Amino acid sequence: MIEPNPKGEVWIFAEQESGQLHDTPLELCSKARGLADELGVPLAAVLVGKGVRELSYRLISGGVDKVYLAEHPMVDHYQTQPYAKLLCNLIETHKPQIVLFGATVMGRDLAPRVASQCRCGLTADCTDLQIGDHEDKRAGKTYHKLLYQIRPAFGGNIIATIVNTERWPQMATVREGVMPMSVPDSKRKGQIIDVDVNVGQQDLALRLIESHREAKKVNLKGARTIVAGGAGVGSRDSFQLLWDLANALGGAVAGSRAAVDSGFIPREYQVGQTGTTVRPALYIAVGISGAVQHRVGMEESGKIIAINWDANAPIFQYAHYGIVGDLNVVLPKMIAAVKARV
Amino acid sequence: MGYNCVVLAKQVPDTHKVTGKAMKDDGTVNRAALPAVFNPEDLNALEMAIQVKERAGGTVTVMTMGLPTACDILRESLYRGADRGILLTDRRCAGSDTLATSYILSCAIRHLGKVDLVFCGRQAIDGDTAQVGPQTAEKLGIPQMTYVEKLLDVTNGHIRARRNLGHGWEVVEGALPMLVTVTEAANDPRPSAARRLMRYKAAQSPAEIARQVSIDMKQADDAARAAETKKRTEALAARGLLLEQWSLDDFPIDFAWVGLDGSPTKVHRVQSIVLTGSGYHEVAPTDDSIRTLIHELIEDHTIG
Repeated sequence: MIEPNPKGEVWIFAEQESGQLHDTPLELCSKARGLADELGVPLAAVLVGKGVRELSYRLISGGVDKVYLAEHPMVDHYQTQPYAKLLCNLIETHKPQIVLFGATVMGRDLAPRVASQCRCGLTADCTDLQIGDHEDKRAGKTYHKLLYQIRPAFGGNIIATIVNTERWPQMATVREGVMPMSVPDSKRKGQIIDVDVNVGQQDLALRLIESHREAKKVNLKGARTIVAGGAGVGSRDSFQLLWDLANALGGAVAGSRAAVDSGFIPREYQVGQTGTTVRPALYIAVGISGAVQHRVGMEESGKIIAINWDANAPIFQYAHYGIVGDLNVVLPKMIAAVKARV
Repeated sequence: MGYNCVVLAKQVPDTHKVTGKAMKDDGTVNRAALPAVFNPEDLNALEMAIQVKERAGGTVTVMTMGLPTACDILRESLYRGADRGILLTDRRCAGSDTLATSYILSCAIRHLGKVDLVFCGRQAIDGDTAQVGPQTAEKLGIPQMTYVEKLLDVTNGHIRARRNLGHGWEVVEGALPMLVTVTEAANDPRPSAARRLMRYKAAQSPAEIARQVSIDMKQADDAARAAETKKRTEALAARGLLLEQWSLDDFPIDFAWVGLDGSPTKVHRVQSIVLTGSGYHEVAPTDDSIRTLIHELIEDHTIG
């Protein structure tokens, strides 16, 4: 635990595995850059591993000002305790005000251990982060420029905003894929700070016997936003607009059976009765008529936006928002509106 | 010989089955109206503990922190094969976040004496944080194996298990004591055993007995009620059917680290999600309308 330190840096944990940077640190970069700028403090990444110095440059071009680089053979493969010990030592030394992790298996294994050891708060699986003030009515005290840690709770039925008032750093894990990846800018300059790794055999509680990695499959189930296209999209070229919108939103792309059958998108992206059933927070159906076979695969979505030139398409019966119009006109406007906000 | 296993379980509102009855007129969820259930992955944790006991001997103790209504899941644990159920209930626990909760649980576990394995569900369906397990392990000063999808072996004071990494898996091994968080894929929790159900359905905690006495003896004074409560409690204990009930006075604990004051996280705001029914909102295909739509979706956190 550290005292509130408004001059402290904003940190992200740069998850990597076998020398490959995970997507989450790059997603965190874009959001955390904004937070750091708003607070007027530097943004730093903590990068741990063996032979991973190269990844520092990717983090710097992604927006961080500093990389705390902890390289050692003992931390080559991720393990909870040595990583937690390292992070806690760094936090005690440098007193960052915010520490963010991706809500991946690694992040959700590591962050609670670090928070517990530091005796600070931790909010899981945030979908948004903002800076704002907080009034503690019981104590009659107002806190300025705290980290709003925003997350769905209660099975997605409520949205809670959590703050840490007295015991810092303000720590959170952030859901994968909800924040857009930062666009690399190779002109950015940053500092790499080598840190000591004080980890010994006694810190390695587990022995790795065997491991197996699968190639990344299409993960529609985990997506918070899905942009799906149907036969009405008309061509592979027009489908590119769906990818552009999904990228801007940090979401996934999917297709109806008709879109798959027309060859606009591979079968593993199919939503519906014979494909995947999804329940994202937002489902944007583009050129999908919305027959019941499609409906059963997506009607649990939090919000449904239907875009179709045919005002009588069944999709409008269960959409929350409907836009009757040409997708080649509507989608570019949406992309522009999203980009203007990020 | 054998291993002393503790299962940390939680009674949760069934957030996965929000029916019309649980909806308020304004389209938000009435949390109080949701049925209370055994947190699903805690059942997988219990099953894993029972399997360890079957293979290697030992004991299975289920501990739950919550209101006396949580005794339902302790009885359910006994029906399925647990040896002992402990209700940890105390007003001073109210408002605890995951850090304070894990501190309280770790103090209670220490009070049990030698524990070899602590099993928890990966996460609870009301908060979905997956934090209490790892934080309890840290407080106990023992290692953790999270996201376990298969128990492979427990022998010679070591556990070997397969962890689900999302994009693959790994098999790890470590010396006991160990805290393990269990996913739903790990096993099929056994149903209640009929004989155990017949035996343990009468099991109650002192809080439940006191509540029943106050219903049965509405007219009586406090002293008479207390005497009756004591009598029933002793009778139940004699039959081995008393569920243990601990308060924070029953084991060493530092009160600075429990409850609202011991919790570093504070709730700034809670917004209910409004689930609307039929009728869609028509958005014109113009720049202004689309900008307004995107703005609305950002405001209500549909998009981050």
